Amino acid sequence: MNDFLLFAVVPYLAISCFLLVTIQRYRQRASSYSTLSSQFLENKRHFWGSVPFHYGLMAVLAFHFVGVVFPKAVLSWNSAPLRLYILEISGLALALLSLVGLLNLISRRLSSKKIRKVTTVGDLVVYLLLTVQIVSGIYVAVYSNWGSSWFASNASPWLWSLARLDPQVQYMAAMPLAVKIHVINAFLLIGFFPFTRLVHVLVVPNHYLWRRTQVVLWNYDRTKVRSGK
Amino acid sequence: MDVRSQVSMVFHLDKCIGCHTCSIACKNIWTDREGTEYMWWNNVETKPGAGYPTRWEDQVNYKGGWEVHNGKLRLKSTGPGRVVFNMFHNPSMPSMEDYYEPWTYRFQDLFNGPEAEDQPTAMPVSMITGEYLDIESGPNWDDDLGGSPVYAENDVNLEGLPAHVRQQMFEIQRLAFFYIPRICNHCLNPACVASCPSGALYKRGEDGIVLVNQKRCRAWRSCISACPYKKVYFNWSTGKSEKCILCYPRVETGQAPACFHSCVGRIRYLGNLLYDAEKIPDVAKLDEYDLVDGFRNLILDPNDPEVEAAALENGIPSSVVESAKESPVYRFVKQWKIALPLHAEFRTLPMLFYVPPLSPVISSSNDQAVRVESDQLFSDVERARIPMEFLSKLFAAGNTGKVRYALRKQYAVRLLRRHLTVGDVPESLAKRALAEADCSVEEADQIYRLTSLANFDQRFIIPPSQREQAIEAMRDPMKHKQESGFGFREAPFRV
Repeated sequence: MNDFLLFAVVPYLAISCFLLVTIQRYRQRASSYSTLSSQFLENKRHFWGSVPFHYGLMAVLAFHFVGVVFPKAVLSWNSAPLRLYILEISGLALALLSLVGLLNLISRRLSSKKIRKVTTVGDLVVYLLLTVQIVSGIYVAVYSNWGSSWFASNASPWLWSLARLDPQVQYMAAMPLAVKIHVINAFLLIGFFPFTRLVHVLVVPNHYLWRRTQVVLWNYDRTKVRSGK
Repeated sequence: MDVRSQVSMVFHLDKCIGCHTCSIACKNIWTDREGTEYMWWNNVETKPGAGYPTRWEDQVNYKGGWEVHNGKLRLKSTGPGRVVFNMFHNPSMPSMEDYYEPWTYRFQDLFNGPEAEDQPTAMPVSMITGEYLDIESGPNWDDDLGGSPVYAENDVNLEGLPAHVRQQMFEIQRLAFFYIPRICNHCLNPACVASCPSGALYKRGEDGIVLVNQKRCRAWRSCISACPYKKVYFNWSTGKSEKCILCYPRVETGQAPACFHSCVGRIRYLGNLLYDAEKIPDVAKLDEYDLVDGFRNLILDPNDPEVEAAALENGIPSSVVESAKESPVYRFVKQWKIALPLHAEFRTLPMLFYVPPLSPVISSSNDQAVRVESDQLFSDVERARIPMEFLSKLFAAGNTGKVRYALRKQYAVRLLRRHLTVGDVPESLAKRALAEADCSVEEADQIYRLTSLANFDQRFIIPPSQREQAIEAMRDPMKHKQESGFGFREAPFRV
């Protein structure tokens, strides 16, 4: 029953919360979708926090994504031990990179008085959840070896069962405690996501890569004026 | 030909007395809020001097503006390809220390302090943390410190000047400095707009004012380093960029922007210019030496029937074209050629032009008799206390000819007026000066009138924005009237 609550109810609650609140927040307070960067207030330690944290985390998330979407490809990649080692070690290194970045960011935020002025409860919750997430992930990577393989064979099917609205909690029930913490905390992060500054992930400005260099806005329809007269 | 209209500006530096009234007018209206205390959308700097933020002209450090790379124009700091790597940490962004930490004083202590032997004092406290602050810099920290080895020597424009020219500016008895008020230049090729990944910054087509959409700004911070004039500021409280809006609510209703309106020295002129937007990419790529001329060629003559027809065809209202014909900016920049763009080499094509200042008269005193050293016609201009090389680095991308032309013409006008009002300059000399400065007597008279006598309505020719028509096309004007105003329609919000 507990397993059902943790691995079937919590995920759906978290995802519903995520969808409803992000959409509603965007409709009501689009301007609050911001990175709320504090680089202006502290410019030096910012580099050693923000850069490793973001790159490390993005890469680790990409690995998770591949594990969920292409489990068979991961398993066949891992069939040769050397390739398994490469995947495991690079994953661990990236996780450590993001942890170093996160710890730098936390200590920077707490030690700078100026930045404390712009720190909210939401920021502290995010830091707590991210720390638990990354530390538990590293613990799993070290003590429950070959995660890239068992993730593809055991966790992926559970996630797919969630997606099919037919939760198969037995996959997760058998997992070690650290993995369970990692998974539940991940869904807590997803649930809290729309209430925090994390929403900036959703407004990454991809369109910059192909938009025209300059932006000129007119208060009348210029094409109509120019062509039709 | 793609004719557009832009509200543009001239600052006549020969008249600026450095009183900072403009800065205060702006501060009281726009930046008197949390997060904006350190911002001075309008500020006045002493030149030579380090400026605000410190050494903002140093683009090796801040990487503002554009550069020509393999025959193409690209942003110095970032751009579509490189933004990916600068997203998480902007390597060329100034931080608060480069401006200053805003402060106030604990005035209440003067009233509430306990009875003691000494007078109570109002301690300075940071406006951010509220804690005691040892004030180390401010927005006009190097005000009037023209010859100072600490501040003036750090002027970026002194770099590369010959030793004797540098020395000339720091000789104690010949020391001179001038003021340069700065607002957003509302550039034709704005680097801030081009750098914004969110597309939050935009240029208004109908009048060229550059604005930040507070809803779309996501604090990616590219604009702050991309603007070579450092006129986009980061609001640390809301986490959004803000900048000079050229008081568009005032301009739209036919009023001069607050800094223009309040200018004590009447140094500011405002009017619209017609320009050919098609030529912008080519002009911005010109060699530094040709930039000023190229820029001037971009600006079109509103009295040319061909230009007028093309403007009307482009949807520019005839009232705006008429206003361009009256524009004082057009006269200074294009007709008389005595107003120049600030740091044209940044290649943003700034639409704020400066009339370079004439230096104080060079004189020597002998037995208490002051002798003005004017042995030759233009000697004062050539041997001015503020060297031509220095001015040309500021206003002509190093092309001294452009500054010399502007100064000689001003000087010739001065000689003519001296002849007419005091009479101690012979007419032949004044006429010769005018001829050599490429200036007719009529033109000299016009320059004199617009410089010295022009009243409010002659200095500010504000094109009718016809905003009401634009609003009608899209929504109920009555509803709009009740809802419009500057800033957030939703309050700033942090979670």
